[in-house]
Amino acid sequence: MMLVAPQTASSSVLALSWLDLAFAGALVIVAMAISAWQRLGLARGFAIGAVRAVVQLVAVGYVLTYLIATRRWYLVLLTLLVMLVAATKTATDRQKRGRAKLFVISGTAMLIGAGVTLAYVDVIVLRLHPWYDPQYLIPLFGMIIGNAMNGAALAADRLNSEMELRRGEVEAYLALGASPARASAEAVRRALVAAIMPTLNMLMVVGLVSLPGMMTGQIIGGSSPLTAVRYQIVVVFMLAGAVAMTSVVVALWYRGTFFTAAEQLVSR
Amino acid sequence: MTAADAVTAFSLRQVQQIRGDDVHTLRDVDLDIPRGEVVALVGPSGAGKTSLIRLLNRLDSPASGSITYDGSLIETIPVRELRRRVAFVFQAPAMFPGTVAENLAVARDLARAAPNAGAIKIPEPDEALHLAGVDPAFASRDAQSLSGGERQRVSIARALMTGPETLLLDEPTSALDPDVADHIIATVRMLAASMQLTVVMVTHRLEEARAVSTRTVFMEAARVIEAGPTETMFTAPTNERARNFLLRGK
Ligand SMILES: Nc1ncnc2c1ncn2[C@@H]1O[C@H](COP(=O)(O)OP(=O)(O)OP(=O)(O)O)[C@@H](O)[C@H]1O
Ligand SMILES: [Mg+2]
Repeated sequence: MMLVAPQTASSSVLALSWLDLAFAGALVIVAMAISAWQRLGLARGFAIGAVRAVVQLVAVGYVLTYLIATRRWYLVLLTLLVMLVAATKTATDRQKRGRAKLFVISGTAMLIGAGVTLAYVDVIVLRLHPWYDPQYLIPLFGMIIGNAMNGAALAADRLNSEMELRRGEVEAYLALGASPARASAEAVRRALVAAIMPTLNMLMVVGLVSLPGMMTGQIIGGSSPLTAVRYQIVVVFMLAGAVAMTSVVVALWYRGTFFTAAEQLVSR
Repeated sequence: MTAADAVTAFSLRQVQQIRGDDVHTLRDVDLDIPRGEVVALVGPSGAGKTSLIRLLNRLDSPASGSITYDGSLIETIPVRELRRRVAFVFQAPAMFPGTVAENLAVARDLARAAPNAGAIKIPEPDEALHLAGVDPAFASRDAQSLSGGERQRVSIARALMTGPETLLLDEPTSALDPDVADHIIATVRMLAASMQLTVVMVTHRLEEARAVSTRTVFMEAARVIEAGPTETMFTAPTNERARNFLLRGK
């Protein structure tokens, strides 16, 4: 494929040596020193975290190198699936109530929300050839799934607390013959706002307060900032769709677990 | 339908309820609630009074035993129809967002949407407020801003908007001043008479039970100990614990 060397890319990128990384590691030592000085008890955590970050990122680097080199559609899909499962586990680990069921709910919601978004961007927006091009799919899915995961976790968490807080109201609706959907409409609405709001805030300030990681990376990698910006626009729109879809599936499905078949509140 | 069914609103047989880890909240409950009567449910705290009336419009389900309403097992009545016909007024009623009028409208819309609600007569909001002893000027008030007694009345008015046959009240006066409590009790008595409602009211105040009810049910430790006409229960109950409770200080 690459018979002609690209004019800009790699040539303008500084290659980092391990020694360079060691210098960067000094900054983690600053964090550890502050932790020790202020007795935060986080020094050990920083040491472990720094090692984990290195190991995880290097491992991912090799996986990506392998995927991009081999270009096998099933390996790409398998990678996406592993990312989905890891994100689902992270989103549901902190929840106390009905975790097994919530795992299924969140996993399916992210599969729908992130999957539909990724497929749409792949086929309609970027029109990738081949459709499974790992160089695009995996970084994009990483961003989508990360945000979908936060949406799923926030939706579940907030629905849980709203349903607890509003028990009296929900039951007052039920006692008048309201459906569970009607009785919990306000709780669901608030859970969805809580889940989606961070994404909306991100849309409002992107480029002003923060330069997103992907855009930063592309620019450092030698892309023209205007190209990087176009990709970033696709990314933020993508995140809006993915988070909204994931959150609504989680909220509407999880809602069902608070009610019995006889339209009663499940007791605590 | 047999003749007995025609005059019985609720009939409970061998009802058991177990919550959490083996906490029996109701044991061997057999009870008939005749149509058109005002039934007072009394007994010490923790006796199971709330647990019992929550079963009657299926806010909870028993572990075993049967409950019929109007001759039908309540599981065979669509739950939204049952809840329209059997209204529940909570001890500390939650108001819905919006005005008092909007609260009443919610109840009316739900009642209209309930199964088999075609021919029911739903009162006008003004009429429901009047019946519950609420000044019509309250219609435009924010429901969340009402006092405890006002909420209690509005929640009774809201319950009436479903055109119910039976009214279940869980300690409607427990949080209120004696004056306000007397008003609520007068309201309940008037409703039962003017709308031919069957009423089941949990109360801690024995004088209230005696004043308002035609029948009294005494519960203790998850069981119905004795039930009968209020006059008999307050003068000559047969059970010794019922006598100690109902005639205390006499
Ligand atoms: N969700 C629950 N889980 C476990 N136990 C419960 C639950 N709800 C009620 N109980 C217990 O069941 C028993 C009966 O409670 P219930 O509320 O029916 O009593 P009550 O007669 O209404 O009392 P009070 O006069 O104080 O309102 C109590 O011992 C109570 O602690
Ligand atoms: Mg009670």
